[in-house]
Formats: sequence, C-alpha cells, structure tokens
Amino acid sequence: MTGEDVRRAVAKLARQIADRDAGSAGAGSDGSALLLVGLRTRGIPLAARLRRQLEELSGEPVALGRLDPTLYRDDLWLGRPRLEPTDVPVDVSGRRVVLVDDVLFTGRTVRAALDAIMDLGRPARVQLAVLVDRGHRELPIHADFVGQALATRREQRVAVRLHEIDGRDEVVLVDQAASTAERSSGVQRAIGGS
Amino acid sequence: MYRERSAAPERATLAAGAAPASSPTAGIDLPAPAGEAEEWPGRRHVLDLDDFSAGEIARVLRTADAMKEILGRPIKQVPALRGLTVVTLFYEASTRTRVSFELAAKRLGADVVNVAAASSSVTKGESLLDTAHTLRALGADVLVMRHAEAGAPYVVAQHVGCMVLNAGDGWHAHPTQALLDLYTLRERLGRIAGRRVVIVGDILHSRVARSAVWGFTKLGAAVTLCGPPTLLPAGELPWPVAVEHDLDRALDGAEVVMALRLQRERQQAGLLPSLREYVRLYGLTAERLARAQPGAVVMHPGPMNEGVEIMPEVAYGAQSAIADQVTNGVAIRMALLYLLGGGAV
Repeated sequence: MTGEDVRRAVAKLARQIADRDAGSAGAGSDGSALLLVGLRTRGIPLAARLRRQLEELSGEPVALGRLDPTLYRDDLWLGRPRLEPTDVPVDVSGRRVVLVDDVLFTGRTVRAALDAIMDLGRPARVQLAVLVDRGHRELPIHADFVGQALATRREQRVAVRLHEIDGRDEVVLVDQAASTAERSSGVQRAIGGS
Repeated sequence: MYRERSAAPERATLAAGAAPASSPTAGIDLPAPAGEAEEWPGRRHVLDLDDFSAGEIARVLRTADAMKEILGRPIKQVPALRGLTVVTLFYEASTRTRVSFELAAKRLGADVVNVAAASSSVTKGESLLDTAHTLRALGADVLVMRHAEAGAPYVVAQHVGCMVLNAGDGWHAHPTQALLDLYTLRERLGRIAGRRVVIVGDILHSRVARSAVWGFTKLGAAVTLCGPPTLLPAGELPWPVAVEHDLDRALDGAEVVMALRLQRERQQAGLLPSLREYVRLYGLTAERLARAQPGAVVMHPGPMNEGVEIMPEVAYGAQSAIADQVTNGVAIRMALLYLLGGGAV
C-alpha cells in the first residue's frame, strides 16, 4: 500500500466508525461516548489520525488513549519486551471503546488488549479497528472495522510504516527469508491499493 | 540554573503515568519521546549496581513508569508473572522493603511466600545454602534475600538455581533502594546527570549509601559524601566522589540531600563522642537545608530517627521526597521482577 492507499484506508475506517455510530461521533446508538484506544506501537498514531477525522466529521471532541497490552501477553516466557506507557485518561466504564491497531494477524495481541481494557473498567461495548487484516487467526477474534484486507502467507511479515514513527506511510509485504535484506535495501514489494 | 527547569517536575510526573490534569481529548504526544539509550541484555540476579550499565538502569526506570501506572488503577494487578513463585527470605528485620517486594510480586500476579528467618529452621541450625536449596526444591523461582553478612546473596546466586534479588546484605549493597532513589529523583528533577548530590551520615556502615553512589555516579551525578571521619570509609574510594566533613560546606549548591539513618550502637562502639554532638554537626535542619539550592530534594531511606539525622520539619516539609521513595519502591521492584530472567525481545 502506498501512502495514498494508507490515507484512503484510514478515511474509510473513520467513516465506518462514524456510520456505526448512528448520529454523532460523540455518542453511539446506545448513547455511550466514543473512546479510541491505540495499541502500541503503531496503533497509537493511527488512533490519533482517526480521532482528528472523526472530530472533523462530527464537530465534537473524541476521547483518545493509548494501551500497551504486553503485561497481558501469553508469550512472556520468550523474553521481556520493552514496556510503553499506558495512558487512558478517561474512565472506560460505560463507553464505546474502539481498539485501534495496525495489523490484525493471530489475534493474540487483541486478546491481551481485551483483558487489559477490562481491568480498567467496564466498557458498554468494545470494538476493533485495524488498518490491515492479514488473516491467519489463532483465536476467535474479528475486526469490526478493516481498512484493507490482505491475502498473505503465514510466514510473510506485514511491515506497516507510519509517518509519525517511520517518516513515511506505506504497507509492505516481506518474505521472512528476505527480511534481513529488506532492511538494508528498502522496499521489497509494494502492495496495490483497493 | 533553577529557572530553566521550572517545568521539569510536571513533565516528569506525566512520564510516570500520573493522570494528566487535562481534558479527555487533550493531545497525546506522538511518538513516545525517546528516553536515554536503553539496553537489557538479560540477567538472572540483581546483587548490586556496580555491574549495571547506565543503559540498564535507564531500562529499569522506564519499565517502572509502566508499573507505576498500574499502581494508580482501581484493579492494581496484571497477569504478567502468573505461575512464578517468589520467596522473600529475610534474616534481618524489615517492614518496608519486605512488604514492598511482596506487593510488587502480587501486583504482577506471582505467588509469594514470606520466610522470616527468626521463625524458620534457621533457628535449628540450618545453613543459608541448606535453606536456599530447600526453598528451590519447594518451587521458588525468585529468592528475595536480606542477610546481615555482606556477600550472602552472591553465594546463593552461585550455588542455588534461583534468581536472586538482593534486598540488603550487611554493609555492602541495597540495589533496589538505590534504583528507587534514582527513580524518585528523575520524577522530581527530570534529569540526574550533572546534579549535585550530598549523602550525609554514617556512610561507612551503609549499604544504602554504597549502592546509591554506584547508581548516582553511573548516571553522571556529582556526589559528595559527608560525615564525621569515623563514619566514612577509609582509604581510596572506588567511585568518583568528593568527601567533605563539614555539612554546611557540603550543602552549598546541593540539589539533592540524602540523610542516612544513624544506628545508635555506633555511639556505643565509640565512633561518636556523643549523640548531641552528632545532631549539632550533621542533623539536617530547615536552617541547614536553606544553604542548598532552593527547592533541593530531601531523601531518606528510612526508618528515620527524627530529631537525630533529620528534623521532622524537613522530613515532612515541601522539599521532602521521602513518601514518594516508599511508593516508588513498589514500582521499581515490579520492574525488576518483570525484567529478571528474560532478555529483551
């Protein structure tokens, strides 16, 4: 996906989130206020972009937080990832929470994030928005909002790059064997937009 | 010098995960600000800070930020260390350190067993290694140890298959105290490098002072040790520190003042002419503190002898970080329990 494809996918996600919202972005059909929660690392800037667009669509402020679900992971025996700050500045109880991440793959990160968000309170609803759904789920988890579905092989890697972190927007499919070379020589194979 | 960092404490508080006093829609900085160069090659034991790099210390402090956010939640527990068994093995009396370790382990979902040596088979003559081997055989993964003999945790780390966290060994080391001191200072002052730190009191018999000096000097603080000659280590010191016997001179320009507990038996041992003399020369009073920089941070590892090494008006005054030290101790010990045993991935 090129930068333009990423931009379109984010705009699509924002419209979907607003549509499901029966009315303004601030209040859902069940009357609950929206809270966007970006998952580390690249879910965080994506959630901030979605908030800007949702605020433009509705003219109302949208709450934003960030979450690192690492301490809820099921693979900590592998090692100890560096922890990022969790900062959800409002009470999640009674809110419509939309978790935002860059790639949906096995579903294990989302499972951890669901447990983490439940420890912060009792949301009215929890939904999931992802820029890319690449398939190969290992848990019964699905996304409510998908920017772009991609057919991938399990051993491939989906590299999402976002301007706020990586200096440019793009999504690249990388063959694992070639991933080392990719790091030095740049883009392997750009994926066409929708 | 002080004006330029007037905003630093606010920034530090936010970084520590405290709830910002802003609206729900206030901007969140993106991406997360890059901290000090961090590293964590992985280690199985924390025995002292002498073998820590500045990057490892930075990783511990940063990890403690995430832990402190958990301590502010209604449900103060995460499942990260479920299934891990932590045993606290204390051969010396302790309230804050032992409870702090126990809470840290429980907040991370580990199982905790507390062994007080005074009521264990130690009184039947079981040796330290026998006890440690037994606890390992019972399923202990991590041993948190306090012992009156310097080096005791090193022996256990070498011979028993547990991960070992030193909670204080003799006069030698108290690394988790030093890390929580560094964390508290970073929270208050933002940056530690270049800060002028005075440690005053019984340096000679203080494991707190030894580990603190390793930590402060590794992060680039300028440390002055202050106390009567009989309570300072003799000979060449292993750290780049200044030594000053006059507290008023030492305090001139200080940004951090750490007072140490004076054990009363030091006087009985003939190291002090009289307690009153010590208080007059080395007690931290409000008047003395005024010689330090305005807003200088006051620290004490506890338990305090109020009216001896520190006066109540200083200990509970606006410049005191002593209560924060205790709170931050839990976050630091959670960070170490999380980081032990695993390399960075």
